[in-house]
Amino acid sequence: MANSTTAHAHDDHDHKPHGIKRWLYATNHKDIGTMYLVFACAMFFMGGAMALVIRAELFQPGLQFVDPGFFNSMTTMHALLMIFGAVMPAWTGLANWMVPMQVGAPDMALPRLNNFSFWLLPFAFTLLLLTLFVPGGAPAGGWTLYPPLSLQAGDSFPLTIFAIHLMGISSILGAINVVVTILNMRAPGMGLLNMPLFCWTWLITAYLLIAVMPVLAGAVTMLLTDHFFGTSFFTASGGGDPVMFQHIFWFFGHPEVYILILPAFGVVSEIIPTFARKPLFGYESMVYATASIAFLSFIVWAHHMFTVGMPLAGQLFFMLSTMLIAVPTGVKVFNWCATMWKGSISFETPMLFALAFLFLFTLGGFSGLMLAIVPADFQYHDSYFVVAHFHYVLVPGAVFAIMAGVYYWLPKWSGRMYNEKVGKLHFWLSTIGVNVLFFPQHFLGLAGMPRRIPDYSTQFADWNMVSSIGAFIFGFSQLLFVYVVWNAVRSGEKAPARPWEGAHGLEWELPTPAPYHSWDTPPPRNVITQGAMH
Amino acid sequence: MANAHTNDHPADKYYVPHESPWPIYGSATLFVFMIGLCGWLNEWYGPWIFAVGVLMLVGLFVGWFAVVIGEHQRGMYNMQVDKSFRMGMMWFIFSEVMFFAAFFGALFYARQLSVPWIGGEGVKFLNGLLLWQDYSPAWPTNGPEALGPRDDGSFETIPAFGLPAINTAILLLSGVTITIAHHALKEGNRRILNIFLAATFLLGFLFLGLQAEEYIHAYTELGLTLSTGIYGSTFFMLTGFHGMHVTLGAIMLLVIWFRTMKGHFTPQRHFGFEAVAWYWHFVDVVWLGLFVFVYWV
Amino acid sequence: MTKAIRRVPSVLALSAAAFASLSAHAEWGNLNMPVGVTELSKEIHSLHMTIFWWCVAIGVFVFGWMIWSLVAFRKSQGAKPDTTMVHSTKAEIIWTVIPVGILVIMAIPAARTLIAIEDMRGSEISIKATGYQWKWQYEYLGEDVSFFSQLDRQSDEARQLKSGVDPNSVQDYLLNVDNPMVVPEDTKIRMLLTGQDVIHAWWVPAFGMKKDAIPGTINELWFKVDAGKTGIYRGQCAELCGRDHGFMPVVVKVVTKEEYKAWLAAQKAAASPAPAEAPADAPAADAVAALPAAPRG
Ligand code: HEA
Ligand code: HEA
Ligand code: CUA
Ligand SMILES: [Cu+2]
Repeated sequence: MANSTTAHAHDDHDHKPHGIKRWLYATNHKDIGTMYLVFACAMFFMGGAMALVIRAELFQPGLQFVDPGFFNSMTTMHALLMIFGAVMPAWTGLANWMVPMQVGAPDMALPRLNNFSFWLLPFAFTLLLLTLFVPGGAPAGGWTLYPPLSLQAGDSFPLTIFAIHLMGISSILGAINVVVTILNMRAPGMGLLNMPLFCWTWLITAYLLIAVMPVLAGAVTMLLTDHFFGTSFFTASGGGDPVMFQHIFWFFGHPEVYILILPAFGVVSEIIPTFARKPLFGYESMVYATASIAFLSFIVWAHHMFTVGMPLAGQLFFMLSTMLIAVPTGVKVFNWCATMWKGSISFETPMLFALAFLFLFTLGGFSGLMLAIVPADFQYHDSYFVVAHFHYVLVPGAVFAIMAGVYYWLPKWSGRMYNEKVGKLHFWLSTIGVNVLFFPQHFLGLAGMPRRIPDYSTQFADWNMVSSIGAFIFGFSQLLFVYVVWNAVRSGEKAPARPWEGAHGLEWELPTPAPYHSWDTPPPRNVITQGAMH
Repeated sequence: MANAHTNDHPADKYYVPHESPWPIYGSATLFVFMIGLCGWLNEWYGPWIFAVGVLMLVGLFVGWFAVVIGEHQRGMYNMQVDKSFRMGMMWFIFSEVMFFAAFFGALFYARQLSVPWIGGEGVKFLNGLLLWQDYSPAWPTNGPEALGPRDDGSFETIPAFGLPAINTAILLLSGVTITIAHHALKEGNRRILNIFLAATFLLGFLFLGLQAEEYIHAYTELGLTLSTGIYGSTFFMLTGFHGMHVTLGAIMLLVIWFRTMKGHFTPQRHFGFEAVAWYWHFVDVVWLGLFVFVYWV
Repeated sequence: MTKAIRRVPSVLALSAAAFASLSAHAEWGNLNMPVGVTELSKEIHSLHMTIFWWCVAIGVFVFGWMIWSLVAFRKSQGAKPDTTMVHSTKAEIIWTVIPVGILVIMAIPAARTLIAIEDMRGSEISIKATGYQWKWQYEYLGEDVSFFSQLDRQSDEARQLKSGVDPNSVQDYLLNVDNPMVVPEDTKIRMLLTGQDVIHAWWVPAFGMKKDAIPGTINELWFKVDAGKTGIYRGQCAELCGRDHGFMPVVVKVVTKEEYKAWLAAQKAAASPAPAEAPADAPAADAVAALPAAPRG
């Protein structure tokens, strides 16, 4: 390394770029993390606005507002925006902020790549949202894009496919960055089993991402060639099979849902010990449980396809493997319970959200288990029971955990406290709203209401009305969230370096707000062992 | 692991680049590229925007890599940065493997399950009775409606032990030559390095030439095209994506050849070289899979 | 236990109805899966209730544990944390093994029911249902009876955007068709499902059965309505199939065996003046009607 002066020139400490270039040309993990989070929030509101269109139309029977085709577009776009635009980028944003701070690194391992993976997203979603304005309208075949229906799309078709390609590239590059940061950038003395669980769950998530996003890319590429270039992957007359798409899609799709939830497990595993003032119970078993869930997630995909007419042996296999996932997930739930047992618990907003996660995710897990029972799934499948299941694991599951994480780390990021009163109000409105919104959907599904319909028989009217009311309560409560964060960042009280009495971990050893370059010099060993107390 | 634990040796610190225009330029490039493709496929306009995207893409690679190579040459990357690059490359290659896995999965699924099922084998015997009465499933197939360019629905396949076997030999040989080049680099023998690196990409281009020949033969004489049912679909998608990767790999080999000619890389530090070598091996291994499962068995 | 189970929905419904007196048409009672009118649907229902109660039991335990902790170990009540309590292999083993045990207990009846569901042997009538965008076609195999079945006129008018027709004024809004499928009670009916254009799914909740109707392949399901359960049973297409996916109901009229014979004769008589309509695959269809089910593997 001959030329050390050049390197030095780039090393000055809190050199913070200013103006628009700071964001466009960013290489700093915190700036990029912030952009990810802001982007995710914007997409959450857009996807949420679409959900409100859905719920408004379903408020009562009869078609009041939208054409059925547009309704299907709303369903499809809502899901794509929420999953790929809101939840996944929010997790990557949190990883960007927290992973370097938690492992004692100066930044992410590949900072320019990091910015690349972020900036792909606004472009990807521009492509996707453009479909709302092209002839034939936005994609309306469901987020699962099953052919032959998805092949009937109009001009939106290639836009959707390429938007998914871009999102995929973004996720893969983001995941590579996380893996490399965790494996290569840990401060000396920090072993893998000293890492906070958020890093562990993200490491495993990143592997899932790298393994399955390319498979999704392959699947949609085959759709593209079937549509434009005469291939017959999914057409029986040429020897293909529409069901083959479903297999490939769900080989991606099932691990995908764990991509959405594993980092949530990590966040909750940080928050509960903090507010129970007690180390996480069974740290190692938590790591192994996460890894088992990830492993199992590769061999359960066809539980989304029990009604496609698989041979009996296949149905049995996928039923049993799916049921098995309850075991490692149960280990996690029990460990969280044991963490709270004999603790000293206080109920600040992050803890409240984590607790709601604990209750409501478990509830969603139970309905997942019910769905795994094949004969019963013949009834549940493609009904609102499924919609209820996955919103329980996604909204009070993933989304609540993201919010818990934001409340938890916001003081460290911004140096300021949020308003606890408004935070709690946001929590209660959200928790009540989300249950009013999604619990009745169990009843609707069991009573026989199919999903993805813009209008329904009058027997379903009552619970749909309740659900829609819940949707508006929940939706508009989220404006409070924006207000709380905005208000804290602008004019919150100054936060101490360790705003939470029970917080452990390297991030709390940094001053508040965290310096622009996190650990320019790695933390000393005693800080690491002290920080990684579990 | 080399670590950045002291302030006294800034050169040993992890290099965190400051603002860079390349990422956002790159994102915009892919956007132009793809919207160009969309508009072209939708027949909104010709391929012009797409062409702009391609040009921008070339600019992206040239520009961004130039920056990275420059930084590397100026010694701004310590061993830890080097390791990040290596790990990044490995996981990138893994993602590529999974991309191919999707297409191999399609091939196996079609061959082992959907084709026999369409033909009414096993549990799906009703398909044969009610839907596709006259279809007897066998691989290769272009489906019960015998999709393809020929009027009689027939097509021929490319025997494994003709061109494909030669191509296999070529790629395997290129795997050897790049390994020789790598050893030469590590021993500081630049002449051998240059020669064998050149041999590697020449073999790569030779492979591509033969592959193109094979495609022309398939399209003009064998009735084997992308739209020749499931066989044509899996055949061209697998070999086509592989061919695209070989093209990319060969270009990258060419680039590092120019770099070695300029004296880049040291026996200890040559991430760029290794990354390309790994990529080349990956392309090689995928080909072996293709040779066995697409052409041979 | 089953009696208590059946009572739960009504209890819940009562309490729900109590605060819902605002609503004119109270359907608050629809909280649970209907029990159904076939042996299988009853088995499925009891399976559903069994898992449900297992989940309730586990839920009482874990939620109880959580709530207990939250109440008993509040900091505001002066709780002191026991920071030595960090690990217990014994506990981990217990809460791994017990759930596995519970899952095994759940899996056994599930597998048993599933095997019964997949047993197509001994069916007496075979009906091929083909999903179209957006209607069903029913062909009574071997009987030369075939007709389309789509949303009835009244619902269709009311369901138009801003039609101004109150859905509550329409009899069986969205769940009524022009020509229902007709089957006899106490008879094993085999449905052969396929799709013409895109994937649909045939679902009648009261029969406990749902299966996809996929273009290019035939799926099967069977049901046997209990004797004495004649009547009209309604369901809907359950796979997104485009714009009017919400508007292609499945309606089955279950009649006595004599009524069925009469109905069939009338259908044939109505069809015979136009024999040209006979489906091309009629001979094969005859074969199916007579054929035993394939072994399931
Ligand atoms: C974050 C996302 C997420 C998560 C975590 C899960 C978790 C699970 N899901 Fe879910 N699922 C989705 C998102 C998710 N799902 C989505 C989006 C869909 C629909 C996609 C679409 O069609 O559009 C779906 C659909 C879906 C189906 C298909 C339904 C159908 O279409 O017919 C099935 C079927 O098996 C299923 C099962 C499960 C199971 C068994 C789990 C398990 O992981 C749950 C495990 C957890 C618990 C069981 C609770 C805690 C455990 C204990 C307290 C221990 C003791 C418990 C027992 C022994 C029972 N899910
Ligand atoms: C992480 C994923 C995620 C999240 C967070 C959500 C959140 C919500 N979802 Fe969704 N949903 C899915 C994933 C998700 N969903 C998926 C995968 C499907 C399946 C799609 C398919 O079938 O293909 C689905 C389908 C789906 C359906 C079924 C549609 C159908 O079958 O036709 C419904 C219906 O109620 C619904 C409702 C909602 C609601 C009300 C919310 C609420 O939580 C939203 C909260 C609302 C807001 C946050 C709105 C805030 C907006 C304002 C306050 C207005 C102001 C506006 C601006 C400032 C712009 N979703
Ligand atoms: Cu047919 Cu949905
Ligand atoms: Cu799943």
